[in-house]
Amino acid sequence: MLKTFKLGGIHPADNKMAALMPIEDIAPEGKVQIFVSQHLGAPAEPIVAKGDTVKVGQLIAKSTGFVSANIHSSVSGTIASIDSIPDHLGIRRTAITITVEGDEWLKTIDRSKEIKHNITITPQEIIAKITEAGIVGLGGAAFPTHVKLSVPQGKKAETLLINGAECEPYLTSDYRVMMEYSEELLIGVLILKKALNVPKVYIGIEVNKQDAINKLKGLQSKHQGIEIVPLKMKYPQGGEKQLIKAIINREVPSGSLPIDVGAIVHNVGTAYAVYEAVQKNKPLIENILTITGKNVKEQKNLNVRVGTPLSSVLQKYGGLPKNTGKIILGGPMMGKAISNLDAPTQKSTSAILIMPQLEASRPKPSTCIRCSRCVSVCPMGLEPYLLIRLAERKMYDDLEKNLAHDCIECGCCIYSCPANLSLLDYIRLGKTEVLKIRRSRK
Amino acid sequence: MLKISPSPHIHDNVSAHRLMRDVIIALMPALLVSTYYFGLRILIVTVVSILTCVALEYFLGKYALKSKSTIGDLSAVVTGLILAFNLPPTLPLGMVVLGAVFAIGVVKISFGGLGCNPFNPAIVGRIFLLISFPKEMTTWVKAEGFNTAWSLPADTASLDAVTGATPLGIIKGAMAAGKDLTEVFAQNDFNYLEMLFGKIGGSFGEISIIALLIGFAYMLIRRVISWHMPVYIFATVIVFSGILWFVNPARYSDPLFQLLTGGLMLGSIFMATDYVTSPMTKKGMLIFGVGIGLLTIIIRTWGSYPEGISFAILIMNAFVPLINRYVKPKRFGEVVKNG
Repeated sequence: MLKTFKLGGIHPADNKMAALMPIEDIAPEGKVQIFVSQHLGAPAEPIVAKGDTVKVGQLIAKSTGFVSANIHSSVSGTIASIDSIPDHLGIRRTAITITVEGDEWLKTIDRSKEIKHNITITPQEIIAKITEAGIVGLGGAAFPTHVKLSVPQGKKAETLLINGAECEPYLTSDYRVMMEYSEELLIGVLILKKALNVPKVYIGIEVNKQDAINKLKGLQSKHQGIEIVPLKMKYPQGGEKQLIKAIINREVPSGSLPIDVGAIVHNVGTAYAVYEAVQKNKPLIENILTITGKNVKEQKNLNVRVGTPLSSVLQKYGGLPKNTGKIILGGPMMGKAISNLDAPTQKSTSAILIMPQLEASRPKPSTCIRCSRCVSVCPMGLEPYLLIRLAERKMYDDLEKNLAHDCIECGCCIYSCPANLSLLDYIRLGKTEVLKIRRSRK
Repeated sequence: MLKISPSPHIHDNVSAHRLMRDVIIALMPALLVSTYYFGLRILIVTVVSILTCVALEYFLGKYALKSKSTIGDLSAVVTGLILAFNLPPTLPLGMVVLGAVFAIGVVKISFGGLGCNPFNPAIVGRIFLLISFPKEMTTWVKAEGFNTAWSLPADTASLDAVTGATPLGIIKGAMAAGKDLTEVFAQNDFNYLEMLFGKIGGSFGEISIIALLIGFAYMLIRRVISWHMPVYIFATVIVFSGILWFVNPARYSDPLFQLLTGGLMLGSIFMATDYVTSPMTKKGMLIFGVGIGLLTIIIRTWGSYPEGISFAILIMNAFVPLINRYVKPKRFGEVVKNG
């Protein structure tokens, strides 16, 4: 029996059309725009001024607290401006615009292809290097990685889990990393393992990526303490709580963090970035970006410099297909539909998903027929049909009693609702309010 | 023009229409068997029932609820079909219309239409007819063999069939008379194998166990319903009536007889599982299913009607809001298992 989580979940068609395309490097050109906040937590503070010249990998904005992350230049060139520009959702945020001139890297960065196996530095030094390199979680939330590695007093990390589930349809960047940078990835995993001082690491991979499972299993013997765990295909297996349940059968209680059950979860993409930071001195300045969609002629997996405008990447491959109806950053279940194509990529941008007109609109909502599908697919054991009613009526006490704040926003409820109700939309509203109330109580 | 919406951006494309269509398809084998045994009149009754339901849903929805037409979701067709399945084949068409009017008009639309009715419309329609027209609703023809008559009930004699009580009716009569059931069973020689294929008297959709089970399997494959509710009902009926039978076979019928007769299969598979009037959680379904099983046997054994499942479902329908309020799904992280 393949491992998986127990409660709820759905099986959307995986549509991983870009899976077989090798990662291509995209040379920087024109300009890049780098947001000073590409992570959860406090924005970084710019330390360069207009007119300064920078090299690839140079620190341009410094982290301003524990939960914050450094920002580095992804190109060489001149700082053109530091001002607020609209991001992919149209919200204005501070960004550093750099005019690209050549491609001159900092000398300290090791750009050779040679794989460095030996992990020579101490756990403290590893965490320091990861902090310095501005690494954030690449699974979606962009939570600063060094924060997750600093286990709070009184808690103990027992198991490290690496998320290679990539359970969202269409997405292939994690898969490409597992296939093309297998050794580097495993070394990165061992670095994380050393930093946390845990005896055991599991890498969970869904079985639709059998060759990635085989490839990593083949290398397993060279890297002590890593176990590859094939997982049954089921969304949202890549959710932190679901992955922990699937692999080590522990349930993170409501309101707790994975560390409360001794688990720490990192994404495979993050592990690869950790390898580059620790072994090659390379900060997080690139992201693996998948361009995919049903009408996209050239499915691509690209290695793009952080800050590259989305439109220029798309332009390179013939622009948008004719009947494009919606553009999503990330996967179709949790990704964000964007309005501004001129926005730049960020550290955690994993895919540009182009949806045809036909699939761009949600079907019209009708009445709830009380089929209970939303209850049976909810991976957190909630009752979306009830939560939407409570949220519509702003009944926050009842929302809290019914654990609205536990919602992980995976979207399974809307996906399977035969009445096409906007379940999650309302639950999000209710959840935000409940969280606010809970915080104010403390 | 780019569209913007919150996630998720894909849908499994299962609509209420698709689910109801699957229920209709699942009812077709039973309809075929009934037509084979009871004649083409079955089709007339069915069509009348469906048309009345759909027309009423349309007009009441339009003029009373003033809402958009909901006949496209096919739920009125399902109500009409299931109501027809619950009627004796000989029922006059006027009564069929009356039952359908009650089901849709009183039980469904007056509560607000689809999704709002606390009770199953088809069941209440049937019970309304049973109470209003006890004689017509308990006049049975015995299924004998292939039949092509379009005849009306006045010509019952011309049907290639004999009128006769249903097996449950026979047993009820014997129980009331205080007879030893083991002897009654021996005299009547109920053939369970024939019951399985529908060669039995009864409401026209309930007779063929095999056809209903095929419909059940189809709905499971298409994920229209889960197995839980019907199986909980079957299990409860078997265990409860089994205990009674084991204690005193002279007073109580055996579990297999209970399972194969009356509308038990039809009720468990197609009526108890009605989305609107059944609980939302698996635990709730257990309570609901066990309740229906117990009540069915209690009514069959000690009640004044030979048939119990309709009343059992109706009574349990009333508990659904309470069940939904107090029975919550298993929450993630509720039981912390470390290791």
